[in-house]
Amino acid sequence: MATELRFDPIRLPPECEALRQEVRAFLAAEIAAGTFDPDRPGHGDSHDRAFSRRIGAKGWIGMTWPKRYGGRERSFLERYVVTEEFRVANAPVRLHFVADRQSGPVLLKYAREHVKLDILPRICRGELCFVIGMSEPGSGSDLFAAKTKATKVDGGWRINGSKIWTSNAHIADYMLGLFRTSPPTKENRRHGLTQFLVDMKTPGIAVNPIYQMTGQHDFNEVVFDDAFVPDDHALGEIDGAWKQATSELAYERSGPERYLETFYVLIELIRALGDKPDTRSAEGLGRLVAQAHTLRRMSLSVAGMLQAGKEPVAEASLVKDLGTAWEQKLPARVRELSAFLSSETRNRATLEEQLAFATKVAAKLTIQGGTTEILRGIIARELGMR
Amino acid sequence: MRQQRGAHERAGTNVAGSIVGETAARIFADLADPQIINRATDDAWSAKLWQTLADAGLTLAWVPEAHGGAGAGIAEGFEILTVAGRFAAPVPIAETLLAGWLLSGAGLAVPAGPLTIAPARPTERIALDRDGTLSGRARAVPFASAAEHLAVLVSGEAGPSVALVARKAVRVERGESLAGDASDTVTFDRVAPLRIAPAPAGIDAGALMLMGAVTRSVETAGALETMLALTLRYAEERVAFERPIAKFQAVQHNLARLAGEVAAAMTAAGSAADAIASAEEFDDAIFLEAAAAKIRSAEAAQEGAAIAHQVHGAIGFTREHVLHRFTLRVLGWRDDFGNESHWAVELGNRVAARGGDAFWPLLASR
Repeated sequence: MATELRFDPIRLPPECEALRQEVRAFLAAEIAAGTFDPDRPGHGDSHDRAFSRRIGAKGWIGMTWPKRYGGRERSFLERYVVTEEFRVANAPVRLHFVADRQSGPVLLKYAREHVKLDILPRICRGELCFVIGMSEPGSGSDLFAAKTKATKVDGGWRINGSKIWTSNAHIADYMLGLFRTSPPTKENRRHGLTQFLVDMKTPGIAVNPIYQMTGQHDFNEVVFDDAFVPDDHALGEIDGAWKQATSELAYERSGPERYLETFYVLIELIRALGDKPDTRSAEGLGRLVAQAHTLRRMSLSVAGMLQAGKEPVAEASLVKDLGTAWEQKLPARVRELSAFLSSETRNRATLEEQLAFATKVAAKLTIQGGTTEILRGIIARELGMR
Repeated sequence: MRQQRGAHERAGTNVAGSIVGETAARIFADLADPQIINRATDDAWSAKLWQTLADAGLTLAWVPEAHGGAGAGIAEGFEILTVAGRFAAPVPIAETLLAGWLLSGAGLAVPAGPLTIAPARPTERIALDRDGTLSGRARAVPFASAAEHLAVLVSGEAGPSVALVARKAVRVERGESLAGDASDTVTFDRVAPLRIAPAPAGIDAGALMLMGAVTRSVETAGALETMLALTLRYAEERVAFERPIAKFQAVQHNLARLAGEVAAAMTAAGSAADAIASAEEFDDAIFLEAAAAKIRSAEAAQEGAAIAHQVHGAIGFTREHVLHRFTLRVLGWRDDFGNESHWAVELGNRVAARGGDAFWPLLASR
């Protein structure tokens, strides 16, 4: 076998437990103060600038980054605990989450020093929202088909074209985007793309909303009309983004958010079933609990391997494949298991509202962040299939 | 049960990392080649494998040295079972380990030779009568006909006891598992045990089932690893439409799904083994780990076997090919020490009794 899969039984060190209690206390206080309602995940805009700043003040954004950039130099396992507690509480973290998970680490690795000193501390304070500019009308999963152009001009680059499915673009301060700086070569169709940091206030950038079938607004189209980006905002090698794009994906693929997106319906189901469920419900619930436990242990195991400096690409991809398939199916399973609830069930309305929202959200879970089809190809390749 | 090393410091139970695990890997590789066993016309290989395992101390890994065993520790014992699962060799290594664990835990000396355990199904009870004899029936006891002694968890008025019983003293009706291994009905009709002692604190019928469930989960994960390796190799070797079938996206996606099931079984079983190795008692958290391992590994067995066969096509359905040695065993193991439906009902009831707000804290505690 070309690749031997590994899922070590990681246990969280004691400092994580203390942190978890601190996070829970913080969230309980925010819920009590009315910042958000943990039982109504479909409500509200799921971003809250003031809330993000309070999280930043606690030191929970960019918490693994070096202190000189505003980070706290804490472990990936500690970040894991913070992330999962915020997810399970349905806390509105949209404003800072992309920057915390993806954009910050890319900047840390590839941005110029003065750019890092300018941007990263503001991310850590919860002040900045980032948007990822990858997909285009003609290129979704196939990133290397991107056509939106960055043309060299004096002192920088002029960008023309458009990006689509850009979550948060309407509230974002910055975009990390992938733009074409040269045509692909015959030998390497991935050649010719460069990553840039783009200030969303730049003249020549228009953000057009795309409303989603859930009724929420998350997606946008971003149109660039001669938008100027200075030279020092290019990240890494010009034309060489393909070398940079893949290594961060292990972080993005295997986090707790990859199986917890609809988790609230499971908690609500347990409330609805009460303390003495019938055999059918107990069995269905037990299986879901076993599956959730297994996914968490898989996800945590990958976090432990990342913390140990390994690159578990196959394992991280497997977590996303299984995790997103599970969170997608979860609303359907919960619907079946709640089919015979008494009409007197106390939290029936809450469960129904959650199920309606989760059922609509479910469709996107195996698409966002890399479709299942692409992911399974990657897994097969990692297993040695060419 | 506590091991000396902290669980998070260890390399993990997925891989045979200790000397015990390496020894087991070497012995099975030398003497339990699935191809050779599959072609064997007698079971001479079995006696040789067993004797070598016994001589290396592996069959009594869970018996402390004071009781005549190897005192290898819980984690190392699970490494042996991972290896045994990877070879799917039909010898009662898991049953003998479990019996040794149960007997020595109750302070009883453990005899040499293959052992098994009764009951092996969660709804069955063997009763201890007032006259000190045992009565009852245990179905689907693995390898009972091949064992010299049985470790029996019995229910009496004073609570659970552990008994050592000679196989000759019970009635054994031969049965077969899906894979054709002995899976027998054992009837106790006022049987006098050779030795008996009260079960140790915290060990009762439920705890035995949990421990048995984790042993089967660990073996299942090991067998699934081999099923994945066999399937990957076959997909690369088999040419259809002028290319290896591994080149077809539809096949690649099946391979990825199989890997996902294998990964889930490995993780759930490895986590439960690690949890039991460092547990003080069989509390709710250990129950979650063990029940989840049995449920998820059984689900993986079902999905994984189906995919492995699909990729192999007709050749995988032949007696000549070794695939069935793995697929039929993992499917059969689903039913030992509580099937996935049994554990799911138990786990669901426990989670329900704790209530919705206590659910996430329980998951997050692991």
